[in-house]
Amino acid sequence: MDDLYREVIIEHYKNPGYRGYLDPHDYAFADSNPLCGDHIEITLRVDGENKISEAAFQGHGCAISQASADLLLESIIGKPLEEVRHLNKDDVLDLLGLDLGPVRLKCALLSLKVLKAGVYGLGEAPDSLVE
Amino acid sequence: MTFDAAKLRADFPILQREVRPGVPLVYLDSTATSQKPLAVITAMDDYYRRSNANIHRGVHTLAEEATALYEGAREKIAKFINAPAAKQVIYTRNTTESINLVAYSWARANLKAGDLVILTEMEHHSNLVPWHMLEMERGIRLEFIPVTETGLLDLEEYKKLLEQGPKLVSFTHMSNVLGTINPAGEIIRLAHQAGALTLVDGAQSVPHFAVDVQALDVDFLAFSAHKMCGPTGIGVLYGKASLLEAMPPFLGGGDMIREVKLRSFKPNALPHKFEAGTPAIAEAVGFGAACDYLTEIGMDNIAAHEHEITEYALERLEEIPGVKLFGPGIKDKGGVAAFTLEGVHPHDVAQILDQDGVAVRAGHHCAQPLHEKFHIPATSRASFYLYSTKDEVDRLVDGIYKVKKYFG
Repeated sequence: MDDLYREVIIEHYKNPGYRGYLDPHDYAFADSNPLCGDHIEITLRVDGENKISEAAFQGHGCAISQASADLLLESIIGKPLEEVRHLNKDDVLDLLGLDLGPVRLKCALLSLKVLKAGVYGLGEAPDSLVE
Repeated sequence: MTFDAAKLRADFPILQREVRPGVPLVYLDSTATSQKPLAVITAMDDYYRRSNANIHRGVHTLAEEATALYEGAREKIAKFINAPAAKQVIYTRNTTESINLVAYSWARANLKAGDLVILTEMEHHSNLVPWHMLEMERGIRLEFIPVTETGLLDLEEYKKLLEQGPKLVSFTHMSNVLGTINPAGEIIRLAHQAGALTLVDGAQSVPHFAVDVQALDVDFLAFSAHKMCGPTGIGVLYGKASLLEAMPPFLGGGDMIREVKLRSFKPNALPHKFEAGTPAIAEAVGFGAACDYLTEIGMDNIAAHEHEITEYALERLEEIPGVKLFGPGIKDKGGVAAFTLEGVHPHDVAQILDQDGVAVRAGHHCAQPLHEKFHIPATSRASFYLYSTKDEVDRLVDGIYKVKKYFG
């Protein structure tokens, strides 16, 4: 449990490196977790080789949801879009260094869901994106 | 009898457990569901061990016993709310289904496009969505009694709404978020003067203080067993006999019929008309045992104890820098303390409290519009019942200080 609020998570929650909104952007998507009201919007820019050059998120929610968004965006800078499309649940949990129960898992995975829905250009973000 | 919460705790097996080794449970989530005393658990266990059979129609001994237990529980529940007759107590799955029963049966038979139903801004989703559905299907109109900044219903605005000639006023007796205990008697009296019927969501009131349907003169009252020391899966709709008699059946099937032909049926008498199919029999037995248990302790004693604990909790929470409490002061409040802690999401508060065995709820508590009204996505909520102690409030407060340290 102490692990759940490891310093890295509190740090990314309180001082996120990627909070903001990119205007203009190449990709954007937003979604909420209806259970707890967490909300995340992600905007991305890609370079000529379709690699992520810039990323930002805005929204509100618990420390887990906001820190995981920040860690996730930090991890994708410079990566090809195609690689981002194949990120999954375990990648996010590795970033967080946590093993989460089903309720908090939804908090942790919201940013990945939003990110993937955005880069796939989907109109919605189904749970299946992060399973 | 003299009331002693510390002693009563011995009646609840779950309160003896540790959440993890060395960490006793501090259960502050009774508004979501209460814990169950051994008397209720045993009654249900005995039923399955000794008397289990399907009810009604059966002539063998077990069927007789099961029927007597099922109907005996109905009588206990009727007495608990001072209903004139047991047949006015309809078993449902829960408060939500009870409200839906009124929306499907009474409302569909009596409301037409343009008819007005008055709700309030502090309703649980269960007393909003059935009416939204009817609004879409029938074109009924919905208006809402506003909630003031201090978390009370604005009765002056209510009186203005009544001038529009509503058909029904449906409201919560006690808010599951703000803890506001609404003046149900006055709201009902004014509704009747305006020619409207009334439905009271008693999910939070019936478990916590004496509710007398005849004194209130309420037309429909909905409540659930699981919030009042009983099992999940069973609730009640109380209704005035003349209304229930005139209402069409809700669900069709066995038990709710007097006679079935290939192309027609005649509905059964009350209460069976509304109880299609094999019901939750063991749960009804448990519900009856819960009424016995609460009656034995005394609802006035329970209400007085919760008042004392809540007053203490509000005092202690108010002294924590960064804590903001929602809802009225202790005078109008039941055993609920919803709060936010500056800079920390309620989920994180609840998670860190859980570390010390303190169980609180975080979220919008199925009252999203109310949270929007106060411009907050979510709150943490501690709630109290007959077994709550001041020592538990202290552990909650200690836990919140710990949260502040984490996020400090």
